[in-house]
Amino acid sequence: MAERRRPVDVVLVGMGLTGAILGRELTQAGLSVVGLERGVWRDTVPDFQSPGMHDELRYAVRQHLHQNPRLETYTARNTDDQEALPIRTLGSFLPGTDVGGAAVHWNGQTWRFLPSDFVAHTHNRERYGAEAVGGDLTVQDFGVTYDELEPFYDRFEYLCGIGGRAGNLNGTIRPGGNPFEGPRRRDYPNPPTAPAYAGALFANAALALGWHPFQVPSANMTAHYTNPEGMTLQPCMICGFCERFGCEHFAKSSPQTIVLPKLMESPNFELRTRAHVTRVLLDRSRSRATGVLYLDLASGREVEQPAEIVILCSFGINNVRHMLLSGIGTPYDPRTGEGTIGRNYTYQTMASVTVFYPETVHTNQFMGAGALGTAIDDFNGDNFDHAGLGFIGGAYVAAYSTGARPIEYHPVPPGTPRWGLAWKRAVRRHYNHAAGLSVHGASMATRGNHLDLDPTYVDAYGQPLLRMTFDFPENDVRMANYITARTTEIARLMGGEIVVPNDRSTPYSIVPYQTTHNTGGAVMGSDPKTSAVNRYLQSWDVPNVFVQGACAFPQNPGYNPTGTVGALAYWSAKAIREQYLKSPGPLVR
Amino acid sequence: MTSIPRRDFLHGSAVLGVGVALGSYASARPAGSEPGYVFFDRAEAAFVEAAVDRLIPPEADWPGAREAGVPSYIDRQLAGPYGEGERLYLAGPIRPGMPGQGYQLGLTPAQLYRTSLAAIGEALGQRGLDFAAAPAGEQDAFLTNLERGRLRIADFPSSIFFETLLANTIEGWFADPAYGGNRDMVSWRMVGFPGAYAAYLDLYTRHGLHFTRPPLSMMDAGPHHHGAPADPSPRGTPPARHTHP
Ligand SMILES: Cc1cc2nc3c(=O)[nH]c(=O)nc-3n(C[C@H](O)[C@H](O)[C@H](O)COP(=O)(O)OP(=O)(O)OC[C@H]3O[C@@H](n4cnc5c(N)ncnc54)[C@H](O)[C@@H]3O)c2cc1C
Repeated sequence: MAERRRPVDVVLVGMGLTGAILGRELTQAGLSVVGLERGVWRDTVPDFQSPGMHDELRYAVRQHLHQNPRLETYTARNTDDQEALPIRTLGSFLPGTDVGGAAVHWNGQTWRFLPSDFVAHTHNRERYGAEAVGGDLTVQDFGVTYDELEPFYDRFEYLCGIGGRAGNLNGTIRPGGNPFEGPRRRDYPNPPTAPAYAGALFANAALALGWHPFQVPSANMTAHYTNPEGMTLQPCMICGFCERFGCEHFAKSSPQTIVLPKLMESPNFELRTRAHVTRVLLDRSRSRATGVLYLDLASGREVEQPAEIVILCSFGINNVRHMLLSGIGTPYDPRTGEGTIGRNYTYQTMASVTVFYPETVHTNQFMGAGALGTAIDDFNGDNFDHAGLGFIGGAYVAAYSTGARPIEYHPVPPGTPRWGLAWKRAVRRHYNHAAGLSVHGASMATRGNHLDLDPTYVDAYGQPLLRMTFDFPENDVRMANYITARTTEIARLMGGEIVVPNDRSTPYSIVPYQTTHNTGGAVMGSDPKTSAVNRYLQSWDVPNVFVQGACAFPQNPGYNPTGTVGALAYWSAKAIREQYLKSPGPLVR
Repeated sequence: MTSIPRRDFLHGSAVLGVGVALGSYASARPAGSEPGYVFFDRAEAAFVEAAVDRLIPPEADWPGAREAGVPSYIDRQLAGPYGEGERLYLAGPIRPGMPGQGYQLGLTPAQLYRTSLAAIGEALGQRGLDFAAAPAGEQDAFLTNLERGRLRIADFPSSIFFETLLANTIEGWFADPAYGGNRDMVSWRMVGFPGAYAAYLDLYTRHGLHFTRPPLSMMDAGPHHHGAPADPSPRGTPPARHTHP
């Protein structure tokens, strides 16, 4: 028999970014909140300090801040007729673990989606006709608009102290910012980063072609900053150990630096670490959650935590797994198109172009920060005319300088042998004389790409793994290759000797790192037949369960997800505080 | 699946105790001292030493992987948590996958090396080839065969072992010298990577700067903790580098 703890108002499953935000918002509303985190406590001091943190092998290669696949992983295949096999060692994406989640070792590239991204189905159908969103595509509207979310984007950006320059201030387009973005009511809280060398080379070339370069919005601080929670952050030192590392300088927004300490002070809040949630408990009607069951990893005991509200904050695809394991809603069936849990799993469609320079040009890519980059948005979303192109969606293109740590980064031109003297000489010749452009592309939902429970493989606690069936849709391959060709035109003007386009190769492989932008699977929307949660991230089927994270995206636009994940967390928290608490029940009927 | 001889499993698990005792870089041997191998036996070490020196060969100005300590880096990795598959999902059923499904053997890295090096030893014996003493061309030809999967090891192609060896060699070459490879930060000096300590806020906008500060290892300074943001303690200045040989 599970040990039963005292009932609380709210239980949070996972204490990463969304867990910390929801905890803060709901304790402030006077609710008693328990946060359950499978991992351990950690903080800037002492856990992220030098000299240990600047260890590429331990953190970037051996992935010591990431979910340990020996305990819990996923299975993967490209199509339904294949057999999914376990991801035995993480590669393509790297979910986090421990308090703070992946937002400890993220880069901090903090974007908003375009207004048209939120109505992707309606917008593309109206502009390009029904066939543009037909066929295999299951593209949908979000059920919330950009204008509705704008104040919540703003709130998240001020929480994080994002450095950037508004390109559209209340409808006025401002040079130096992203002219394609939706209108924002005020500028970013901090100034933009300055371009690194690669960014400057890219900006000059892009300008020459008539495009509109700007600095990527950055959660690596560009100034001393005290956020609305009273948390103080310091300027980023540009140390080059950011993505996959915790920040030693209090210079990257993470739950630990922006909100968690305030939450920990609340008498209404209790954090329990090494608490691995195994399921959400439902009552007989299966339309009401009574709490959650978790394994206390310290004692090995099973514990029941009763709660009035259950909020899944365990990272997008992990939330989908919790729903499937707990029987919340109906699993999606790709054959019939029915069911919603696991539907519209999407990813990020990445491609790139590398520029190799003469030895006299020192690109110094090791002088980096997670979000230090210069971008253009001319080819994102519907910022360009798609007529006759045969695809919808787009990508931003950026020259990033995220730290050229050499185990992972030692670019050589095509034709170089993979080992031996010629390889060694090429590495020496090119390491500090190269720059890369990323094509950061959208991922459109299709009927076939989805998530469900694996019939064969289980985690260390005996529960079925999440099975991922995913390949890059034709639409997205065409998109990526079109924009890679445009990017190559820019790259040719960057003064290099060799320009190497790397188109989007297929099929999807779980081996090379791409992004940890696993999106969809429990999508938001206005129709319970095609969405798992309503516009407030409330489960249609079990209304006292709310589901945070990027699993809510009906498809993934051509941006990093966390700006929108943060905005949706505040949007959802407000609905819980101001609507749900007054009359617990479905917020949308 | 596995047709790994039982001896190898025993061997593999006996090694785990060593790994725990070895711990992390904190207890690493000082760079420059000769390795006493804790995982490899003599024949295994002879092959690995010669092989990594073909993967990253010595030149007049720059040593190769062997002199940089890569064999002892790999040895320590295999004797430690990595070798034991600390972060590897090992549960069955084990089935051959598609390339895009990644590593699908049920072997820990330690078991993979043991099994593969035994099969390689056998194959070399059959060919009467003393790998370590063979001319570079013959060594490269043998390694190319491994790379192309032309040798069967137990029930898997040798390419799986080759890719692991190549990846581990590159790791040892470029990882912090605290791990036993990259001696004297040779790979960092070779490419111009300044190493573990860095704060380029004042430099990154000096585009094209020829940055020549010698690299720093994690071992080059004691911990320098940062205070909470309100605390005015000095932060982040890289310490002066020790002179290096
Ligand atoms: C290397 C890397 C770089 C990234 N860079 C960017 C970027 O530049 N821009 C951007 O927008 N996004 C980026 N991201 C993505 C970003 O980190 C995530 O979008 C964000 O952290 C998601 O917040 P979350 O709350 O959904 O999940 P997380 O912050 O990961 O929190 C989930 C928490 O739930 C816990 N948990 C999981 N399962 C259980 C369970 N069963 N029981 C109890 N607890 C559980 C986990 O341990 C974790 O602490 C990056 C991610 C990675 C890995």
